[in-house]
Amino acid sequence: MTVYNDKIKNSSAEHIQNSGKKRRVILSTKNLKTYYPIYGGLFKRTIGYVQAVDGVTFNLYEGETLGLVGESGCGKTTIAKVILNLVPATAGEIFYKDQKIIIGSTEKKTKRKKLHKQNKLIDIMLIPPISVANTLFGFAKLSLKKIFRTIKNYLIKLLPPLRKIIKATVSILKQNYLNLVEIKHPYDNALRKKIQMVFQDPDSSLNPRWKIVNVIGEPLKILLGMRKRRKIRRRVLELLETVSMKREHLDRYPHEFSGGQKQRVVIARALACNPEIMILDEPTSALDVSVQAQILNLLKKIQKKFGLSYLFITHDLSVVQHIADRIAVMYLGKFVETGTLEEVFYNPTHPYSRALLSARHTFDPGSKKNRIILEGDVPSPINPPSGCAFHPRCPEKEGHIGCDIDEPRKIHLGGDHYIYCLPSKKEKRSYEGVDYVSDTWTK
Amino acid sequence: MDSTVKKKTNAGADEKNQTDSVITGISENLLEVKNLKTNFYTEEGIVKAVDGVSFNMGRDEVLGLVGETGCGKSVTALSILRLVRPPGKILEGSIMFDGVELLDLTDEQMREYRGKDITMIFQDPLNSLNPILQIGRQIAEVFLLHQEEELKEILEKRHLDRDKEKQVIKDLEEELKIKKIRLTKEEERELKAEIKNLKKKKTKKLSLKEIAWEKSEEIVKEVGIADAKGILKRYPHELSGGMRQRVMISMGLSCNPKLLIADEPTTALDVTIQAQILDLMKKLKKKFMTSILLITHDLGIIAELCERVAVMYSGTIVEYAPAEDLFKKPRHPYTKGLISSIPSIEKRDQELLTIRGMVPNLIYPPSGCRFHPRCDYRLEICDKVRPNNIEVDDKHFVACHLFDPKYKNSPKYQ
Repeated sequence: MTVYNDKIKNSSAEHIQNSGKKRRVILSTKNLKTYYPIYGGLFKRTIGYVQAVDGVTFNLYEGETLGLVGESGCGKTTIAKVILNLVPATAGEIFYKDQKIIIGSTEKKTKRKKLHKQNKLIDIMLIPPISVANTLFGFAKLSLKKIFRTIKNYLIKLLPPLRKIIKATVSILKQNYLNLVEIKHPYDNALRKKIQMVFQDPDSSLNPRWKIVNVIGEPLKILLGMRKRRKIRRRVLELLETVSMKREHLDRYPHEFSGGQKQRVVIARALACNPEIMILDEPTSALDVSVQAQILNLLKKIQKKFGLSYLFITHDLSVVQHIADRIAVMYLGKFVETGTLEEVFYNPTHPYSRALLSARHTFDPGSKKNRIILEGDVPSPINPPSGCAFHPRCPEKEGHIGCDIDEPRKIHLGGDHYIYCLPSKKEKRSYEGVDYVSDTWTK
Repeated sequence: MDSTVKKKTNAGADEKNQTDSVITGISENLLEVKNLKTNFYTEEGIVKAVDGVSFNMGRDEVLGLVGETGCGKSVTALSILRLVRPPGKILEGSIMFDGVELLDLTDEQMREYRGKDITMIFQDPLNSLNPILQIGRQIAEVFLLHQEEELKEILEKRHLDRDKEKQVIKDLEEELKIKKIRLTKEEERELKAEIKNLKKKKTKKLSLKEIAWEKSEEIVKEVGIADAKGILKRYPHELSGGMRQRVMISMGLSCNPKLLIADEPTTALDVTIQAQILDLMKKLKKKFMTSILLITHDLGIIAELCERVAVMYSGTIVEYAPAEDLFKKPRHPYTKGLISSIPSIEKRDQELLTIRGMVPNLIYPPSGCRFHPRCDYRLEICDKVRPNNIEVDDKHFVACHLFDPKYKNSPKYQ
């Protein structure tokens, strides 16, 4: 695992402040943005952007479950995809422990420019060879180590003084070239081992023509480099047993299983290479209530056993309240409220999360609560409303100042509890005196 | 007094001739399903999707039908509408709707019931709307099919109005001709302007279709869509999920049906939109006085909306009770398991109780009580005899041997 050696100063200081215990941040995003371009018009120009994720900052601590709640189309799944590098980030950064693993495409460009500025003189000399080398090595897919070794061997034969000069230039080239290469590919197998994902629909995430051994064995082959069939079978059986399935399931095909069992297989596959972070994208929404309970129990058991961190994406509030330690409520690509489960569920402060929580069902027909019913639909993320994205549907917008003009600010409510809202007009519920926390990250 | 007399005559008719009473009788219950059996004849074997389901629905009542996937909820609904496609077939049983045996009707007679007296809302609104027709045309179709006579009446009225307007204009024109010499120029101008105005205001010649569109505009307004006229001209893909489901509901309610079957109406929707739709259904139920048969797998929705609940398990109804009773005191082991497996904030630190095992294969269902392989309270008799419906409480029926006095002394299965 390579990458820059930037350290997260802010976040490490933050989490020590927030909680007395020392919790290690395992994954964090800083001001993450992902825009999908829309093509159209003449020559398929980009005519606009879907602002799927628009400035999201969060920390995932070791061994905890962060629940990401929101309606469909609010960008939950996009966050998961960006973390796995399946979708490029437009701006912002993602850190795994202390390593920067993903940077936004706009920042990539500025970074490259900076590098060139640092050593302008060498640059003038090096830009053409770098670009040539880039294309050559890129096409040939040669490993860099081999190339440098051959150059070295060739140099040994040359005269010592000439050797020294060439060696120096090569080392400079190496530094520069490696830097550039690594911006392009910060995501390698070592990292993929640590972050794994379970998708929503177990049906479509299993290849119908592969046996279960091969399905679960594939990450073992690719990521762990296991070759021997017997070894793989043994490990797969071990994995199947951790998700309480049996030996006879090894050689079956996916269609022979029920939905719950398929989801177990998918979880086993995600566990195959001992990940540290598991991203669960609506793992139970395709399942029945009784099967859902089984899967939730299993997930909790596995988390205890392996000390995993979960990023749990769901729209089902009853599931999230069972499994999550902390919750982030999303609306139209932005966080609306974050905090621990107790803080958000017992004291929802943002009007959207209050409406969302009031819409969840109680299983007691006798006590029908006053639920807040929001008007209208979720607006399109192509042209999100100005200012606070929630203001056209907000039942409390008259009580706040500048909802349709200003961006909502991050307001600290004590503990781990933050909301993103605008100051209130009334003195009673004013957020004055409570410090705003800047969301833009500075070094 | 009248009602008692009616009942007596009904009873008399029943004794005399059953077929007569079928047409004329007015029973208390809107829908009576008795021992309904629907099978699917597949290559692998006979799938007994619905196996002896009986329930009643009163007028103006919301009945919930809960169960896991593949337990036969939807097939029950389709059987009521007689929409089961081959290889499926309704084997036996009776479905009495408002005193009429639906299974004895011919296809043409049945078609009159569908969409008029019994309507259905499906799970995915995008799949149940035609993507190449405007919304208005699809709603208007319901009116054109089922309320043609009423539409014609309105049309005649409109035509009469139009004739009257025509007559007024004619009179004015004649007046103009006659008095032309006597009038001053200004007066003449005024008269001409008046005639022009009237001609402008004159209603256009209407067709049946246009009246149907007007009616669909009214019904679309009813379901809380503000810009009704604009919506009617759009195509299904231009609407959001919640809007589509509203359109479906408006289509379902357009003929004032007596029974509305809603098959997972909110499963494809988001939480806040779901709340909107459920709220709307509650309001409309009060307004239109329709009974709703709500099919869902979500116990939360049941608790929200329903008065009575029938819990289904692998083709049979295992418990049938008022909603409050069911949630407070679930009797059947399956219902108990189902309710205890719902996650909640109070149960956070505990492990969720689950029902062990899997939903049985419907081709080879377990003998006796179908739940016995997964049941924790199993008796020895359970795999031999099918349980009967036993009334435990007031209107609380359970199909379980545990509550049958006959098997009180039966030993527990080891």
